[in-house]
Amino acid sequence: MRYLPLTPDDRSQMLAVIGAPDIDALFVDVPAEARLPGPVDLPHVQGELEVERHLSRLARRNRTAGEGPFFCGAGAYRHHVPATVDHLIQRSEFLTSYTPYQPEIAQGTLQVLFEFQTQVARLTGMEVANASLYDGSTATAEAVMMAARITRRTRAVLSPGLHPHYAATVRTMAEAAGLTVEALPMAVDAEAEVLGALDADTACVVVQTPNLFGTATDVTKIGEAARAAGALMIVVTTEAVSFGLLKSPGAMGADIVAAEGQSIGNGLNFGGPYVGLFAVREKHLRQAPGRLCGETVDAEGRRGFVLTLSTREQHIRRDKATSNICTNSGLCALAFSIHMSLLGETGLRQLAALNHARARTLKAAMAALPGVEVLTPRFFNEIAVRVPGNAADLVETLAGNGILAGVPLSRLAPEAGMDDILLLAATETTLDTDIQILSRAISKVLAP
Amino acid sequence: MSMLSTGRPTRPDATVSTDAHATLTGGEGLLQHEPLIFELGGWDKTGVDLPPVPDALGADDLGDLVRAEPIGLPGLSEPETVRHYVRLSQQNHAIDLALYPLGSCTMKHNPRLNEKMARLPGFADLHPLQPVSTVQGALQLIDELAHWLKTLTGLPAVAMTPKAGAHGELCGILAIQAAHRARGDAARTTVLVPTSAHGTNPATAAFVGYQVQEIAQTVDGRVDLADLEAKLGSHVAAIMVTNPNTCGLFERDIREIARLTHAAGAFFYCDGANFNAIVGRVRPGDLGVDAMHINLHKTFSTPHGGGGPGAGPVVLSEALAPYAPTPYVTHGPGGFELVEEDALAFGRMCAFNGQMGMFVRAYAYMLSHGADGLRQVAEDAVLNANYVKARLSAVMTPAFPDGPCMHEALFDDRWLEGTGVTTLDFAKAMIDEGFHPMTMYFPLVVHGAMLIEPTETESKAELDRFCDMVTALAGAAKAGDVARFTGAPYHAPRRRLDETQAARRPRLKWTPSSPEAVAAE
Repeated sequence: MRYLPLTPDDRSQMLAVIGAPDIDALFVDVPAEARLPGPVDLPHVQGELEVERHLSRLARRNRTAGEGPFFCGAGAYRHHVPATVDHLIQRSEFLTSYTPYQPEIAQGTLQVLFEFQTQVARLTGMEVANASLYDGSTATAEAVMMAARITRRTRAVLSPGLHPHYAATVRTMAEAAGLTVEALPMAVDAEAEVLGALDADTACVVVQTPNLFGTATDVTKIGEAARAAGALMIVVTTEAVSFGLLKSPGAMGADIVAAEGQSIGNGLNFGGPYVGLFAVREKHLRQAPGRLCGETVDAEGRRGFVLTLSTREQHIRRDKATSNICTNSGLCALAFSIHMSLLGETGLRQLAALNHARARTLKAAMAALPGVEVLTPRFFNEIAVRVPGNAADLVETLAGNGILAGVPLSRLAPEAGMDDILLLAATETTLDTDIQILSRAISKVLAP
Repeated sequence: MSMLSTGRPTRPDATVSTDAHATLTGGEGLLQHEPLIFELGGWDKTGVDLPPVPDALGADDLGDLVRAEPIGLPGLSEPETVRHYVRLSQQNHAIDLALYPLGSCTMKHNPRLNEKMARLPGFADLHPLQPVSTVQGALQLIDELAHWLKTLTGLPAVAMTPKAGAHGELCGILAIQAAHRARGDAARTTVLVPTSAHGTNPATAAFVGYQVQEIAQTVDGRVDLADLEAKLGSHVAAIMVTNPNTCGLFERDIREIARLTHAAGAFFYCDGANFNAIVGRVRPGDLGVDAMHINLHKTFSTPHGGGGPGAGPVVLSEALAPYAPTPYVTHGPGGFELVEEDALAFGRMCAFNGQMGMFVRAYAYMLSHGADGLRQVAEDAVLNANYVKARLSAVMTPAFPDGPCMHEALFDDRWLEGTGVTTLDFAKAMIDEGFHPMTMYFPLVVHGAMLIEPTETESKAELDRFCDMVTALAGAAKAGDVARFTGAPYHAPRRRLDETQAARRPRLKWTPSSPEAVAAE
């Protein structure tokens, strides 16, 4: 067994030092009836070659995003990740270290987290950011719980454009904790409707921009009205590249920002691991969940970094903690931060502009198709279109032609009665020819 | 002195002292002093080359939604980027460098085959919402991994989507809450947790609205059955017990714990953080467990990555299985299906399909070991821990000297009494010797706790090197060489850091401190 260094001789010598006759003597506390006499019924040890062969066979049974025209978005986006990013995150010292419990020998990880927190605070336009959460959806749920702690209120209102999986994740956590969640019926361009549902129990309104349908919204007035009613505004973004083009949530008065950071530095990975971005106003900091890295000095006065404000956290506060979260999404945050450092503001703005340009081309192509209606009024890199008939069937048919033609809304919200809506994203990876192929294929399917 | 014909000396001059020659740059040999990117980068520099955007496709359609003000993000060229992160990486300890014996964390070798497999485009370049017909191999992998997890634990179902151990705990407790609600039992408001539990256990239970009540521990480090029995009742929803527990001991009475719990109508949640000790040798299902999360980043070796991402699938008993969250994979007539809606499910843990990247790595690890190899994993992990315990008991005080430990050896600080050295000081001195310290001050039930988990991927030679080091350091502490400890570390990238200052005046992001920096922004 190639990962196990002990030899049979080592084992006997070690048992002798321990004073145990055999290995079974070390498992003596296990109830006799629960000791398995031999290996369970699964295949036995395999070499690298065999493992690689098996997994490669499974991998080949999937159609990858890069194989052909690809337009899926709805919370996960295909971007080009520079080769440097993946190379650097595989450095042993980043990949095989743990949470920086001993800061003197974890300054690499800690400095990265400090830089990451600064990048995220600036991108979101907020005062402080944490060291990441699992993903955008769990970050949104944590934001709702945090708003309830701050306001001591018990109700959350979710906007008509919030990603249904995010809404379901919020509902699962918040309702279990005794909060009431009101998710408004889905709509393309109606984030402000959350204000109609505000009441004296409302802890927060959750709005998304760009939202599930791709609609970008200036939520400034929503935030003002929410706060006037004693509630907080949580702004959700699932496409982090949009921070390079659109007005930041902080500038629009967000109290808490929960965002998915996958788009920067991280691949699609069939849904995970991703990286949740979480940023707040400084006055709410002590109610924030998750790890925080802070600057300090060492015994010789040199700048250094440590995990801080841990009295919020489970390992200190146990049942009084702000969250049960233990780790963050460290390596994905590292990938995010490296990619962000490569881009810089200049590169990020170019990348965002390029995404928007591709989406404009996509929108024009869709608008030109007879029977297809573009629904999204203002967008970053994603649009919703209405197609004649069932969007899921269309997507399935086009998949058969080698085109991954976006996400049918019914996949996310089967009960919404929006079976004719298709969500399409374009990024810098989308070619003009991809858009032409998509247009021609849709025309062909829709042709009477 | 020997010289080349050019007059260059070829032997070092041993008379020159290596002490007291502080460097002029702050760097030390291979270890570079590295500023923050905000102090390094150009505000208009970038390390990517992107094609221009045609004027006709600009952002004029977005009006005042466009971000006009500067963001304040520095950029670096590619070579500068590589240097920055390589230099930073060299300030980290890592398993790839030396033993990393953090108890309860299972810092084992991370095979690189797993990294290679996770990066196959057939897994890495899949969108979570592609048509199911285009991701049959991915769903098959999840299904096969689920089969391994179920077989290894002896439980009939598994929820794959939780993204970390604590997230898995939440999933398990939510399934338990749903099961109670489904049978109309709303009176159960309490979760019992031993005092030695991970902080995530009480935090999880409280998060979901349960009262947390502690179960006492016996003198031999196990759950106090009498106390448990006294506290169980119709108000108890679940118990959360770690097994092997955080003292590194197997709960001998675990089947009785399960029986009492079930007799009271409650469920048994097992914290599976320490599954590495028993994988392949004991199935939690045979012990009466109803739900248990499995940290794929511990037992199944997905890399810890400086603090995540992890993955925490939760195995479930027959009674809890119906309430498992969506989405999940099933077999349908046309192949694998992904169930997104299920009226009985308690809800959804996260947006998509869980930590696929971790699933691939964990599965590659499992296939590599096989059922026989995994059994050997548990045996070697336990053997290594007992070897360390046996060797170090000569110089330290084991918290529970009688009988074997499981995968980790727990010591208290009685042996340091009167030396002027604390557990923290001792840990910091280990850093100087080139090792990562063990877990300190946890579990809370043992004074000055030192919890050592070597894992099975350490050779006897490395264990001996570690034990020799601890033995020598213990000798130094007892001999009164106090400054070696109280001032440590002396040889790390930083001396001891001021955590009080960090918490008192939190500086959580870089801000320009000099007028030049402000002007540059």
